[in-house]
Amino acid sequence: MSQLSVQHLLGIKHLNKADIDLIFKTADHFKEVINRPIKKVPSLRDITIANLFFENSTRTKLSFELAEKRLSADVINFSASQSSVKKGETLIDTANNILSMKVDLIVMRHPNVGACDFLSKHVNARIVNAGDGTHEHPTQALLDSYSIREKLGDVAGKKIVIVGDILHSRVALSNIYALKLQGAEVKVCGPKTLIPKYIESLGVQVEYNIKKALEWCDVANVLRVQNERMAINYFPSTREYSQLFGINKKLLDSIDKNIVIMHPGPINRGVEITSDVADAEQSIILNQVENGVAVRMAVIYLLAQQIQHK
Amino acid sequence: MFGTTMSKKILLNSKEIYIILHRLACQLIENHNNFENTVLIGIQPRGIYLAERLVSILKNDYHISNIKSGQLDITFYRDDFRRREAPLEANKTNINFIVEDKNVVFIDDVLFSGRSIRAALTAIQSFGRPSDIELLVLIDRRFSRHLPIQPDYRGMQVDVINEEKVTVNWKEKDGKDAVYIINN
Repeated sequence: MSQLSVQHLLGIKHLNKADIDLIFKTADHFKEVINRPIKKVPSLRDITIANLFFENSTRTKLSFELAEKRLSADVINFSASQSSVKKGETLIDTANNILSMKVDLIVMRHPNVGACDFLSKHVNARIVNAGDGTHEHPTQALLDSYSIREKLGDVAGKKIVIVGDILHSRVALSNIYALKLQGAEVKVCGPKTLIPKYIESLGVQVEYNIKKALEWCDVANVLRVQNERMAINYFPSTREYSQLFGINKKLLDSIDKNIVIMHPGPINRGVEITSDVADAEQSIILNQVENGVAVRMAVIYLLAQQIQHK
Repeated sequence: MFGTTMSKKILLNSKEIYIILHRLACQLIENHNNFENTVLIGIQPRGIYLAERLVSILKNDYHISNIKSGQLDITFYRDDFRRREAPLEANKTNINFIVEDKNVVFIDDVLFSGRSIRAALTAIQSFGRPSDIELLVLIDRRFSRHLPIQPDYRGMQVDVINEEKVTVNWKEKDGKDAVYIINN
């Protein structure tokens, strides 16, 4: 198969295993491209992409922008803080105004769940979800799986624990979908208040003890505590959180196997993970960032391929 | 299928290919001596077999060691992206050296419209600025060019009409060495 089964990347939920395999195979080629002396291919030189960021982002935005530029697309950037959204413009109006400028593809991050899905039904462009509220962040999950595949050879059969704020995390949900689709075993670990009630219905197990979770897994994907999404206090103090669920060198040394440490960033050093762990040899946090560009190039390339030349 | 006839005519057999490959290898030696500053680049997907074959002849029969060779995929540089019915599928690029100031020889099985070579000329620039680039092909389809591109070394020149297809089979990939003209 050399074509995606979907027209937009709204979430991992809409993908099948063959889609993920195709994205990874294409990303392999782009990873080689971005390690050349000249890291650019001309494929998308007649494609225009708008990055609409209605929510703050550093690395995802940079990563998408770099991926688009490496493919030679024309890129326009938009962030809500400097736009007419503040003046009361609706999402469809904003998007349609941008589309009148002949944009072919939209990469959007939005604080509301389902915003990308909504947009895909109302505007005539391919949509890539760069995070919608607490729902999905598909390209992050793809680059996480891609990094596991690169480090351990395959995702199928591997044991992955996702640690931290599962309740508010779009990274967790997309990762669960992606990992299950590829045949991995998944556990989640965190304070009871931050584990969604019916999480088992997604086929994952829950473990409240961080040491047991680490002893079980091959890979620990450590999430950031998202203080900005918490209207109430879900745990007594940051200090208590880091003592009960933070990963430090001592804890890692106390288990008798070498597990891979991942983090989608940005890191709260000393809270969910200590500096010596984040910078340790078994951490692939910076590989994730590099792979992010290759995976996003693959996603954009494969979606753009479906846009018929006029 | 009913109503259609497909004919397959052999153009070159394995013995003829053997002779041609040795001639092409000798022509390369004539121009590149000990290949000190030369790199051979097989164009994906079908040019890589010809390139491998030439490298092995140069090494085994003419004792030229240290030949630098690589494989170049041109998918992302093609000019028909989004203009084809079937999507393009990429192949592996394998060039672990810089081509700056090198003499590059592109190697492909069939030269038809010249568009693949146009894409390859762009693609190779990602690996530096070569001092010159030559083109070696096994089959040169005459009168079919869309672009002003001609080979420097050719195995055989053929005149075939546009509906006809020339396919090159290789022992290691297809079971035996042969070149066919297929008429659909």
